[in-house]
Amino acid sequence: MKLFGHKVPFTAQLGMVIIFINAFVAIFGPWISPFDPTDMVGDSWADADATYWLGLDNLGRDILSRMIDGARLSIGLALMITMLSFSIGIVTGFTAAVMGKWVDIILSRIVDLLLSLPTLIFAFVVLSVLGTDIPVLVVTLAVLDSTRVFRLARSVAVNINALDFVEAARLRGEGLWWIIRKEILPNAVPPLVAEFGLRFSFAFLFIAALSFLGIGVQPPDADWGSMVRDYRDMISLDGIQPLYPAGAIALLTIGINFVVDWILAVHSNSTTTEP
Amino acid sequence: MATPDIHPNHDLILQIDHLAVEVPSGTRIVDDVSLELRRGEVLGLIGESGAGKSTIGLAALHYGRGACRIAGGAILLEGVDLRKLDPVACRNIRGRRVAYIAQSAAAAFNPAIRIIDQVMEGPLWHGLMNEAEARAWALELFHALDLPNPDTFGDRYPHQVSGGQLQRAMAAMAMSCRPDILVLDEPTTALDVTTQIEVLALLKKLIRDFNTAALYISHDLAVVAQVADRIMVLRHGKMVETGPTSQILLAPSMDYTHALVAERKAADTLSVISSERHDKPVLEAHDVTGIYGTFTAVKKVSISVARGETVAVVGESGSGKSSLARLIVGLLPTKTGAVKLHGETLAPALRQRNLDTLRKVQLIYQQPDVALNPHQTIGEIIGRPVAFYFNRTPAEVKARVAELLRLVGLPEDYAGRLSTALSGGQKQRICIARALAAEPDVIICDEPTSALDQLVADEILKLLKMLQDDLGVGYLFITHDLGIVRRIAHRTAVMLKGEIVAQGPTAEIFAPPFHPYTEKLLSSVPEMRTDWLDEVLTKRVATAR
Repeated sequence: MKLFGHKVPFTAQLGMVIIFINAFVAIFGPWISPFDPTDMVGDSWADADATYWLGLDNLGRDILSRMIDGARLSIGLALMITMLSFSIGIVTGFTAAVMGKWVDIILSRIVDLLLSLPTLIFAFVVLSVLGTDIPVLVVTLAVLDSTRVFRLARSVAVNINALDFVEAARLRGEGLWWIIRKEILPNAVPPLVAEFGLRFSFAFLFIAALSFLGIGVQPPDADWGSMVRDYRDMISLDGIQPLYPAGAIALLTIGINFVVDWILAVHSNSTTTEP
Repeated sequence: MATPDIHPNHDLILQIDHLAVEVPSGTRIVDDVSLELRRGEVLGLIGESGAGKSTIGLAALHYGRGACRIAGGAILLEGVDLRKLDPVACRNIRGRRVAYIAQSAAAAFNPAIRIIDQVMEGPLWHGLMNEAEARAWALELFHALDLPNPDTFGDRYPHQVSGGQLQRAMAAMAMSCRPDILVLDEPTTALDVTTQIEVLALLKKLIRDFNTAALYISHDLAVVAQVADRIMVLRHGKMVETGPTSQILLAPSMDYTHALVAERKAADTLSVISSERHDKPVLEAHDVTGIYGTFTAVKKVSISVARGETVAVVGESGSGKSSLARLIVGLLPTKTGAVKLHGETLAPALRQRNLDTLRKVQLIYQQPDVALNPHQTIGEIIGRPVAFYFNRTPAEVKARVAELLRLVGLPEDYAGRLSTALSGGQKQRICIARALAAEPDVIICDEPTSALDQLVADEILKLLKMLQDDLGVGYLFITHDLGIVRRIAHRTAVMLKGEIVAQGPTAEIFAPPFHPYTEKLLSSVPEMRTDWLDEVLTKRVATAR
């Protein structure tokens, strides 16, 4: 199999299939879900059978339906956070690289400051103070994540900025926005795409972790992380219910990383073979 | 040159038969090349980039660079076919019997290891000498190569010595195992002319003293003529002709060789460009000084360019000629003095200058590869200045792009392509078109031809000259190549250590009485004679006494 002129190894193909299935479920969830995820359809912790493929949960809700519903929230949130963090990180990172001097110094020191704070603890504090509704969650995590994107975007842009065609644009009198958008961004896409995949899976895991700790997604909404928390008591009773959402988290993370590894490999090859 | 007392069969050391080298797509980058090399003989491989010179040189070590694959033929080292050897046997031959000297010594040395340890590595790794022997031999080589303080030279790290010294240290590294064959891949191309002459003389002495056979790869016929006994001319991976050096220089039999020789000779002869009176200067720099940190790159330099005039700035690397260009365009703010355009003083820094003054002075870069955004089409690249400075409609921009492409001799349908698919010469034409799109009064050309092959560079120079005649644009032409200066410059300024040491009409600069530095530069340019190097060296020794 080939994609964009590059051979796709088996692991990357597998990763793509996993991502595709997850995306499909997240988008078409309400139509494919067998039951309403909030309906109590039977006894609590009922075993799996032909009707309820994964069994029922502590309140007698269908676990499969809740997983399908949780996919939308888990993936949707992670996607929003990653996109927002990339918008912030790329614009600030490129600006720092192109403007240089004191703009670079100030932005870089602010980022160093944010990076020096332990992310989980910092998110904990912000969410406890500002409350845990979804917009606050998204913005907080995006800002924290954008510091990593800033670092990458800046270092990539510093290299591109040193090339003659950027200097030619500057000599022409082009403004900052043109240089960032037309001269630097198109040449910085491959490493940023690879980083996007990586950041997406980190954001995804981070929401899951926050939800597990009780400060992420709040009931009655559920994502996979909060489902693991809700079902965790069953571990001591030999139940495998918490493993379903946990497995879904692991599977999607691995799938994304397979694809990211491939993108990184393709990118590093194409840069080393260029003269 | 066969040494008569050796048996003829042993005399032949390297024989390459019908060599073919392929890239993964199956294209043959070297096709059906055969050569023979005898002990003590130097064979020059000449050709433009892409001719397959380096590939053949590396094939002598049975090595394919990158994804290149040796696809056919035989490489016989004293009768043993390297292609039939296993990788271990091959490693034993590389460095020990066939050694390689690369173009960029700076890239060939590990910056974190002392020079002597890198020179001793070969004989130690191959188990040829013990530590003390290897050290003694390295010091002997440093002496032979005339390195400064040879006994302690090796204790330095690569970044602590000059480019010419590092190139000589690499020659020592290549000789460390006393190889039978040296492959020299453009060993002096990255050096200044005055340094090149020293390295060239020492390499020649080294080859003669140790009776080593050598493949000397270069694009410069005049350089090869000084060291090679025979020359092989290559083009597109195929042999054009082979013959004794003097025959290739004086009586080449193929048209291509003829063109190469004629082109190289043209650079030696003084052209008849007159320095007739020009109008008052368009661009002037008065006593400009440029400083990087604490280093003064340009000291109180004054220079001017008039309409339709070409002013050349020559000097070696580090002489401050590129910094002068950066001062004029405003990338490096001036510390003293002023840059004037049409008599009006320009702001010292780029950001304070208005669009119209930016438009009137354009810059053409040395490396067309990095001067064009690889993700923009040629139409976008050339069209942007048109749209940006003149506020044209998309249709007008399109028409102007087509016109500019015609002007620089490229087909109009190139507008939709990406620059990455073009050759170096074509890319430089795009850069020229982009500069012209701004309708400038002066174009600053920063070594626009030094990254190009001889014949391609010649085409670019002709284009620049033609454009000057048609459009009356002035050029400030920065170069280290005196041949180019003689052919195109009306006036010339010679720079040394940030200062202009001589300035005037080109004909006067290149005629006695010379400034001593100009004379040194001039006499260091290789000439198309086999005896040039020896002659210059004898002359220099004589004057030194």
